[in-house]
Formats: sequence, structure tokens, C-alpha cells
Amino acid sequence: MTINTPAELEAKRGEIVSARDPNREAIAICAGTGCIAYGSNELFEAFEAGAKEAGVELDVRMTGCHGFCERGPLVVVYPEKIFYQRVQPKDVPEIIEKTVKGGEVIERLCYVDPVTDERYTHEEEVPFYKHQERLILGNNGLIDPTSIEDYIGIGGYKGMAKAFAMGRDAVLKEVMDARLRGRGGGGFEAGWKWKFCREAEGDTKYILCNADEGDPGAFMDRSILEGNPHSVIEGMVIGAWAIGGTDGYIYVRNEYPLAVQRLGIALDQAREWGLLGKDILGSGLDFDIQINRGGGAFVCGESTALMLSIEGKVGEPRAKHIHTAESGLWEKPTNLNNVETWANVPAILDRGAEWFCSMGTEGSTGTKIFSLVGKVNNTGLVEVPMGITLREIVEKIGGGVPSGTFKAVQTGGPSGGCLPASELDLPVDFDALTAKGSMMGSGGMIVMDEETCMVDFAKYFTNFLRFESCGKCTTCRDGLHQMHGILQRICDGKGTEADLDLIEELGETIHEGSLCALGGTAANPVLSTLKYFRDEYLAHIVDHRCPARVCQELITFTIDNDKCTGCTLCAKRCPTGAITGEKKGPHYIDQDKCIKCRVCYDACPTKWAAVDIA
Amino acid sequence: MELTQVDEILDRHECQQSNLLAIMQDIQAEENWLPRDALRRVSERVGVSVAHLYRLATFFEAFHLEPRGKHIWTVCMGTACHVRGAKLLAEKLERDMDVDERGNTADMEHTVEEVNCVGACALGPLIIVDGKYHGNMTSTKVDKVYKGYDLKPMTGGEE
Repeated sequence: MTINTPAELEAKRGEIVSARDPNREAIAICAGTGCIAYGSNELFEAFEAGAKEAGVELDVRMTGCHGFCERGPLVVVYPEKIFYQRVQPKDVPEIIEKTVKGGEVIERLCYVDPVTDERYTHEEEVPFYKHQERLILGNNGLIDPTSIEDYIGIGGYKGMAKAFAMGRDAVLKEVMDARLRGRGGGGFEAGWKWKFCREAEGDTKYILCNADEGDPGAFMDRSILEGNPHSVIEGMVIGAWAIGGTDGYIYVRNEYPLAVQRLGIALDQAREWGLLGKDILGSGLDFDIQINRGGGAFVCGESTALMLSIEGKVGEPRAKHIHTAESGLWEKPTNLNNVETWANVPAILDRGAEWFCSMGTEGSTGTKIFSLVGKVNNTGLVEVPMGITLREIVEKIGGGVPSGTFKAVQTGGPSGGCLPASELDLPVDFDALTAKGSMMGSGGMIVMDEETCMVDFAKYFTNFLRFESCGKCTTCRDGLHQMHGILQRICDGKGTEADLDLIEELGETIHEGSLCALGGTAANPVLSTLKYFRDEYLAHIVDHRCPARVCQELITFTIDNDKCTGCTLCAKRCPTGAITGEKKGPHYIDQDKCIKCRVCYDACPTKWAAVDIA
Repeated sequence: MELTQVDEILDRHECQQSNLLAIMQDIQAEENWLPRDALRRVSERVGVSVAHLYRLATFFEAFHLEPRGKHIWTVCMGTACHVRGAKLLAEKLERDMDVDERGNTADMEHTVEEVNCVGACALGPLIIVDGKYHGNMTSTKVDKVYKGYDLKPMTGGEE
């Protein structure tokens, strides 16, 4: 099956769409990593078997990630689009009998808002989805990521065909007019990048996709690659057309096996259909893409390190006085964009720059996907127009914090910063976040409550970065090591107030003296927590107290004898035998033996909650 | 590992230097680690020094230069998992299995290791056992996972 011209593509699309009956009963099961962990595959089998048994013709399909990971596995029953959450195989016969056959809604499986107690029947009505603008992620739920027909059926490769018809100059202009900024963290305008690379001299030009999503707490790129891999491929072909690219590489984390697998399937299909390879759609463009799997080094998300890694070398960043647009991979002109950026390109070509700019703010157009995680009720992937406030994301979409007390939100991963409740009305755009000491980053958004210690949190990122530092620059390699030592000292209750000055001075030095963005931004998590949560640092130093009750050296576990029923669960589970007590009698913790592992706290049934941390 | 197996992997990747990471990943997928003989073969056939391979293997965290256990227990240490207590989970696994400084049990049945983030943040804290994800873990839930592997939590208290 090879498609040779845009007209043939349209004819094929017509064929696919007309063969589909919109009124046919179908079951869409989310097959994102989250839902698969909750049992999507078992659910798929149960639906196939159940349909057979009930004698109904049912189109059961696995789709891309719907984003509401908190409530997985997610199921949508078509044609009424009834939305069920936390579905288990045992629910399947009932769904087939009542909903598929009878059109009846099973209330028990519907989403109920934990705050308002309101029940919702359709996906788009649920508050988590209602306030989103799902330009990129919305398609995930409509298609089977392993089916190119599905992608073409929803308008896939239309933007590419249009790009070929428009000509290279017009495509470049469209992307520049859209002011699409890099979604990987840098925020540099993609159109300008493309222009530089296109103007660079050379017959060979590389088009790269950065899928080394190493930012802990962010998984939007994973979801796009797993849920809609063709959108990234289409974006890259359009980029190759505009820039004059000859070869493409997708550098993807090896920690994402499902993404690698689905991307591989999509590339094979695109080749088979003639949408990659020689003379794509008769445009004269020869372009193909191959996958490179990373080796688990965070720094390889940096452009020059990524390119060295593709060459089979150690990923140490180099100074960029010569831009990679001129001399990148194998010293040839190279254009690198991240997954989400590429996935925006087909839509821009299909619907135009003007439409794209109608979303977002003047300086940050379009939408941005965030992974809303941590201490928030509705965890998952959310896509919102730029300019929306942090409060809207955390409270309206995320449904607030389970414990009720919001403390901080962290954006931008190890390069970003923590923002306190007083900054919740800040609009989410590239420039506003940077101005407050955080950054957009790739879109991790970690919500914290009063049980998160900000000193421990700063130590966490510093620890992460000191291991991920490539070691080239002394300030980053040794500075982060020293920074970690200071933070550890504070967490152990052995810090002094002079340490706080030292942290600030050291942070400045690391920032000034490091070559790449890893070191350049490494002090952000520490400096931002120190700026907004200085009291908490002082509590550790002056009072030898960890207000969040996290730092092990500063907390003690005790059992409240008024609450303890003597069930012996904690004593049985205690790894060191520190807990003693008679059955049905009060229990005690021997502080000399206690290693503060929290096992007793977890073991004590919530209805009694007899274990205290102070 | 038989050298013919290494040769097969090398042939599949056309002995290209740009495929070195993939070659090493494929060897590791077979053996769980990178044996020295295998790396020597890669060095000869790709035409890079063994030192270069060791440099790659120590730079990229995914590679292991020592044998690992049959079952791999990976604790995700991503930010979302961290704020929900991943560190305590890792300590529990290490304690219960009594692993050495490389994370291996004495009988080489199990290896406990940490990973920066697997991007399943909504499930945090998360452990992955031989590729299977176990989300929203607590110390109590880990004990249930142990049952499938004939493992028991460390207890010092009265039974």
C-alpha cells in the first residue's frame, strides 16, 4: 500500500471515514502506561470475551493515553460516549449487558467529584477535562496508536500534504507567524531555529526529535509518543520539508519501552504507506527517520550532548558559540525540537498560524501540556491554553490538594523552582514563570502539601543533579556536591544560619561558572525554596525541627495509647523489633531501636491512626 | 554470553559507532549486564577502544558492568514519587532483601535499583518488578508483592 500523491491520500481518508459507522457500538480502553499498570490489557481481553459470550458485535480498541491517570483504567462506551473510570474485568459483563445493549448508565462506574459529589456521565463534562484545551492530547483517546488508518481517519498527514502544496517558504512563514516556542524547556521560537538551519550551508541536514524526557515528574512526551506517534512523525516531515532536512532521528529514553515500541510500529507503517522514504507524496522530498535509544543520562536532553550521544559518544555538552543549526550532529547543520513541539506542527499547518495564535498569550501562543502530579486530587496529564493561572490548574482541573492545605507547586523540574500559595494567580507562560525564579521547563508540575519538606525537596533535586552532572565544569561537578552536603547538614539539624548565606553564594557561583543549562539552572530549586520558605530552613537550623515531619534525624515516632487498640499490626511489621506490647494492650516504641522507616505508621489502620510523628 | 550472540547483535547494527548504545543495550538485554568478553568483541569489530566502551558504560546509568540478579526491582525516584515517599520504599526493599552495596541479594536472585523517573508519575510511588508496574505503593502493599517472589519483609518483633 503506497500513497503517491496528496489526492490519493484524500481518497484513502475518504475510504477510511466512510467505512466507519459512527453509530456502531465500540469500547475505547485507555492504553497509556498508567492504565496498563492498572489492568487495561486484562480489561481488553475481558471485553473481547464478554462480547463473544453475549453475542454482540463490539468494536473493542485500545487507545492512547486519556490523561486522567488517577482514575484508570478508563473506558469510553461509544456511540453515547459514556465515560467509566476505575473499571475492572468483573464490571465487563454488566457494561455489555446494561450500557452496550440497553444504553443504560451504570452510576457506580461514573466519575463523582469528591468535592461536590456531582456525578458525570461524559468525559468532556468532568471538571478535570472541562477546563482543558486538548489540542494535542485530545486525539489520543480517539485513535489506536498502532493504526495509521485511525490517524488518517481523524485528519492525519493533512498538514503535511498542505505543506507540500504551500511550498517551503510559506511553511516556514506559517510556523514563524504561529510563534511556536520550544516545549522542551528552552522556549526558543521553533520558526527561527528552522530558519537558521535552513540558511546554513550543507547538503546534509539533520532533523532531530528530542524525546529524552529526563525531567523527573514529567511524562507528556511519553504520552504523545505512546498515544499518537504519527503526529510527531508528521511534524518532523513538515520540518524536513521547510528546512531541507535529509535524515531524521528520534532520541528516546530507554526507560520508555512502550513508546519505543509504538514509535517503531508507526515508522514502519509510515514507510509502508509512502509517507516516509523517497519522494514523499510526489513532493520530491526524500526523508526517513530512525530511532536512537538513550542510556539514562539526564544531561543528554541538552542539545549538544544529545547529538554526541547519537554519534555513539559520551554526552558532554559543548559551548554553543557555533550553533548546532550550523554544526550539530556529525558537524552538519541540525535542527532539534522536542516531542510536544513537533506534535504541534501538523495542527499549525492544517489550521493556520492565526488560529494557533488565538490560543494563549501574546508571548506564549498555543497550549501547553503539564503533568499534574504529587499531592493533588486529580493527577494526570492536562493540556491548557498558555496564560491560564496556576490556581486554575491546581484547583479547578486538579481538584485541589487531598489534605486541604496547599503549600507549593514546582514547575520546570530540576531547573525550575517552587512557587508558594501567594503566587498561585501567576499566569502560566514562559516569561511570567521565569520572572518569578521558576520556569516552564518541559511541563512537570508537582504539587506539594504541608507534608512535603522544602529543604528535603531542595536536597532531592540537588542530589539528582549532582549525579547527573557530566563533570565537565568544576562549579557544577563539585559545587553541587558541596551544595548537597550543606543541605544534608541542615536536614540533619546540624546546619547554621551562615549556611544559608553560603548556599546563596554557592548557587550564584554554580550558575555563573557552568557551561550548559544543567549547571546554569541547578541552583533554582534551592534558591527558590530559600526565597519563599526561609522559615522552614530556619526551623531546621534554629529549632532542630522539621515542620513537615520528613527529615529522619529530626522526627520521632510514638504511639498514642489513647488510640492504640493493641492490634499488634505495627509490632509484627516493625523490622527492628522496636515495638513492644501485649495483644489488646498499649504498644510502645523503643527509640533506641527505631530506624524511622515509617512502616508502623503505614501499618496502623487509618481508623485508629495511633502512630504519631513529631 | 556466547560470542556468536554478540556477533549477531553487532551484525544487526552493522558494527556502526553510532549504534554503540543500541549494541550495548541489546547485549545487556540478554545478560542483564555487560560482560567484559562481550565488550572486547564490540571493541574489535566496531573499531573503538575498550576504554571508550567503559567510558560510555560508566557515563550512561542504564549500563551495568557487574552481574545483576534474576529479578530486577526498580524503585522510581522521580519527583512525584519522591514527595509520596519513594526513598523509604527503596530503603525497605534494600533492608528486607539484605542486598549488598551493588543492590544484589547474596543468592543473586534479586537486585534492587533506583531509576530517576519512569514517567508514570500519577502512579507514584511506584516500583517495577521485572517490567511490571506496581503503583501507589506503601510498605504494606510491597509485602503483598513479595508473596509472588517468595520474599518476606524483615521483622524483628514477636510473631
